[in-house]
Amino acid sequence: MWNKFVFTYFNWEVMAQYLPKMVEGFFLTVQLALAVVLAGILTGLILALIRSFRIRLLNYGIVVFVDVLRALPPLVIIIMFYFALPSIGIRMSGFTATWLSLSLVLTAFAEEIFWAGILAVPKGQWEASRSTGMTFVQTLVNVVLPQAVRLTIPPLTNRTIAITKGTALGAVVAVGEILNQAQTGLAFSYNPSPLTMGAIAYLILFFPVVTFGRWVETRFAWKR
Amino acid sequence: MSTNANEPILKVTGLHKSFGHLHVLRGIDFQVRPGELVFVIGPSGSGKSTLLRCCNRLEEPSAGSIQVEGVDIMARGVDINLVRRRIGMVFQSFNLYPHLNALGNVSLALRKVEKKVRAEAEEAALKALTRVGLADKARAYPAELSGGQQQRVAIARALALEPAIMLFDEPTSALDPELVGSVLNVMREMRKSGMTMVVVSHEMRFARGAADRVIFMDEGLILEEGSPEKIFNDPQHPRIKEFLSSLEAH
Repeated sequence: MWNKFVFTYFNWEVMAQYLPKMVEGFFLTVQLALAVVLAGILTGLILALIRSFRIRLLNYGIVVFVDVLRALPPLVIIIMFYFALPSIGIRMSGFTATWLSLSLVLTAFAEEIFWAGILAVPKGQWEASRSTGMTFVQTLVNVVLPQAVRLTIPPLTNRTIAITKGTALGAVVAVGEILNQAQTGLAFSYNPSPLTMGAIAYLILFFPVVTFGRWVETRFAWKR
Repeated sequence: MSTNANEPILKVTGLHKSFGHLHVLRGIDFQVRPGELVFVIGPSGSGKSTLLRCCNRLEEPSAGSIQVEGVDIMARGVDINLVRRRIGMVFQSFNLYPHLNALGNVSLALRKVEKKVRAEAEEAALKALTRVGLADKARAYPAELSGGQQQRVAIARALALEPAIMLFDEPTSALDPELVGSVLNVMREMRKSGMTMVVVSHEMRFARGAADRVIFMDEGLILEEGSPEKIFNDPQHPRIKEFLSSLEAH
């Protein structure tokens, strides 16, 4: 019984064979994840800043964009980009489709979170700053944003982790990330041990991030 | 800005302010001369704070004119940020920036608005903090300061810009009674040094001792103005007597 369990899920021979591929997949996942985090958070922040100017038509557009992307399952967006857009002549690699989809989804959530943070800064902060002759933009950048970002970090960290894990969805459009490598290994070896490796790879990648998120939450608990 | 010594620093004419259907200010006229300390009193909801907040356009007046050092601050094309540098404001709730220490709070506008380099800005900020007796708290964050100390930092933040006039919106109302004195002492010192001040407050004893003129407001109008002796000892308007006796009742 025990031997069968080990043979099935922790087959060292199979694991050793597919280890190089898994390492490859690991680093591709890291690349994809970092690219998503960077693009998503930055664009989300820019959208939230634009929104704070309260230009009605522009804000309406942002809200629609954000709500659509929050409503759609990321997998649907990835498949649309990869399988549907070529019909109108737009082609992209699986990596690009996954990166773009997840970045857009993170952008949408990050914008909402940053915007909530900006709104949470008391009106008196704006007034105090403006009363000293600081402009709207100076106040936004020097007074409001530092406070907003601080309020934002815990929810943003959690949301970013959740969306970054979606890099596994890239397996569907042939991105050679962790899950894809694990499934390929399974198909060729008729043994699930590569999946075990895949799970371990995800743990190695995300467990520290989750722990970091927990630390951030306590570190940035705000005292007033 | 070469102002004659007798020319008013602040001149408000026919000021109206409505919030939707609520007509909060209904035609206010008053002037403040250089070096004067003008006290504005009246029941809550009488429009005192709104009046003050219109003077630097934190609230946009609905009608009327406001001149600061002879400049019509309602005029089209006026640089309101330039005007606001000349008008210091102190709030009931302090509104210090919680992410900056006392020195950072005071020096921020010096750096961003007056474009001073950091060292120069911090030197000026430290001078202002010294003036309010808090040089030793320069590195403390607002959360580490008492209410009275926070309000004095807020005063220093306004003072550091060397304004022509300071507006105080109930500066001691959020303070524990034992902390009020420290803030009033700073205000007394400012008065001595010749700062022009408009104070909305319920500190009647302070008004008696320090004010040059007291303005009584009710329902968006100035009912009476005059010396503290006149307003407190011999008010003409029955509403003022009523108001003053209601204060004495507790």
